[in-house]
Amino acid sequence: MPITRRGTLALPALALAAGPAAAQGAPVKIGVLLPLTGNAASAGNSARAAIELATELVNTPHPELAAMPLMATAGLPNLGGRKLEAVFADNQGNPSVGQNQALRLITQERVVGLTNGYQSSVALTASAVAERYGIPYVNGESVATNLTERGFKWFFRTTPIGPDIARVYLDFIEEQQKQGRPVGKIAIVHENTEYGTSIADTIAKEAEARGRQIGLGIAYSANSADVSPQVLQMKDAQPDVAIFISYTSDAILYMRTMRAQGYKPPILIGDDSGFSDDSFIQTVGDISQGVINRSAFDASRPGSNSNKINALYKAKTGREMDDTTARMMQGFLVMADAINRAGSTEPAKIQAALRATDLKPDQLMIGYRGVRFNEKGQNVLASALLVQLRGKEYVSVWPEDQASAPLELPFKGWS
Amino acid sequence: MILAQLVLNGLLVGAVYALFSSGLTLIWGMMNVVNFAHGDFVMLAMYVAFFAATLLGWGPAAFVPLAAMALFLLGVLVYLMLVRHVMRGPMLAQILSTFGLALVLRYAALWAFSANFVSLPEDLTGEVVTRGGLRLEPSRVLAGIAALLVTLGLHLLLTRTALGSRLLAVAEDRTAAMLVGIRPDPMQALAWGIGAACTGIAGGLIALFFYVAPSVGESLVLIAFVVVCLGGFGSVPGALVAGLAIGVIEALSAFWVGAAFKDVVVYALFLGALWFRPQGLLGKA
Repeated sequence: MPITRRGTLALPALALAAGPAAAQGAPVKIGVLLPLTGNAASAGNSARAAIELATELVNTPHPELAAMPLMATAGLPNLGGRKLEAVFADNQGNPSVGQNQALRLITQERVVGLTNGYQSSVALTASAVAERYGIPYVNGESVATNLTERGFKWFFRTTPIGPDIARVYLDFIEEQQKQGRPVGKIAIVHENTEYGTSIADTIAKEAEARGRQIGLGIAYSANSADVSPQVLQMKDAQPDVAIFISYTSDAILYMRTMRAQGYKPPILIGDDSGFSDDSFIQTVGDISQGVINRSAFDASRPGSNSNKINALYKAKTGREMDDTTARMMQGFLVMADAINRAGSTEPAKIQAALRATDLKPDQLMIGYRGVRFNEKGQNVLASALLVQLRGKEYVSVWPEDQASAPLELPFKGWS
Repeated sequence: MILAQLVLNGLLVGAVYALFSSGLTLIWGMMNVVNFAHGDFVMLAMYVAFFAATLLGWGPAAFVPLAAMALFLLGVLVYLMLVRHVMRGPMLAQILSTFGLALVLRYAALWAFSANFVSLPEDLTGEVVTRGGLRLEPSRVLAGIAALLVTLGLHLLLTRTALGSRLLAVAEDRTAAMLVGIRPDPMQALAWGIGAACTGIAGGLIALFFYVAPSVGESLVLIAFVVVCLGGFGSVPGALVAGLAIGVIEALSAFWVGAAFKDVVVYALFLGALWFRPQGLLGKA
């Protein structure tokens, strides 16, 4: 390993020394930090395949994707057609390894920018290195709010975070009210660790800001042996909307218990995690018909960028692209686009280009309303769409202009 | 009506706790060995039920006895291969050996069955029935009846049969039992087998309404220790009373105090009960 590292160190140094004319053929390197081993290795390796695909798409002409930047041409046109190269580094899901790898990518690989990180904790340490060296960092997937609350100048994030998720749910609820459905009483049922508590609090805050009350809040400990008291609490209170923030085991128990107790909330929203797990769909999918869930990636509309990208990814890997992988790939593509618009590999110019980013929905491969960063580096147009369980899969149902199937309410559950 | 349903659900859950704990209380009470692998025994029984139901298309009338037999064999094997030997070692070795066994079983299951959650087909015991405004899940009622029968059966075995007397004699004083001609090893192997078979019945029935996963034992096992302790070590009827009491207390406190805090109420009452009756509700002082 150290030998090859030293070997690759020499190349970019030479290229830089020889100036732009000689650099014509040398690829532009982006450092990609991923958990390629460890607990999250499956997510990391899916993302690696997606980012390899992104690099191929940028480097070769793909007229069928011409709506997206850099797809119709080969390489980076504003840099004389230079090719893009993703340099992968394994962060092992470990913040200190991520930090060391970021340092290696910047000082030895001479990458012009860094992307990804996956775990929020890893993105936290790796981006601190990038900040110190003045290298732009684009993260497409880590949701911890504080990543963009540190006053960093070089860190940009494209994914929706807690407040965005809350906004999606409340926008949806308000639209249902306009259509004459009762939504006055909202219940939030959440597990009581960081994930459940923070999302529940954020939703409650957003609701309050809009003059709404959370009528019923039920916190419970994850991995319960029995959830029937909670279901009876809901049956007693009869909320119009129930939002569940649960891991898989509890999500399964809630669905089974609701069926046993003969209770269905008219609108049932399950926040990602447990309700997105394939195990959930396989075990209780047939009694959970019409559960609403969030996602930013919906490949089901033919002709959409997402659909085309998913087809290419499937041809490459044999698997469907999931929401997290898509968010990671989109982050990488935003970095590539910024380098091209900068027309330079100079960090300050890329940083300026990132700040000026203004991508429209049809220029993206994912369902955001666009990409535009605020002064903290957070994408203000990040959004999620809502999907609904039909048979054994989720289809997009809201907002309407991104829907592939009509929304079906009230919640059907079992028949 | 909500209150009646709440108490009914609490009783049914409590019966499951009792059923789940019956095997543990037998082994613990008979031999003074804490079986930390208890939850993972139940998990294995649930997988036996799962595979019998999905691969062979069996119903509970067939797979519950199968799970009981499979677990009986496992219990005897665990005694002969592991417990018999560590009984001669220090107390700590006994504790750590069943704990190690728990981890071996859990990770072997993880390796063999993957971490995915699975479940039995929904329609094995029929639809929910409504009686007088109360909803009854047939699978849970079945588990409740089984809890009563298993408790009764174990109680009769221990108090009314010669075999039960021999089991109790070995439990009370191994040396004295040997002096009157009882060979302790077969008795204790049998105790492990019967205890594990009860666990097999519990696992087979719980699988009807719960999810099945390698980690499922963890969700249930802590409550089993509390049930055994509150009921009185080795007291089978005590485990039934304690299980039912905990089920109802949990249901009511989750409803009124909050689901995240129900454990505070349950364990505070548990400690209070032990303050007055350290031997447990039906345990002998």
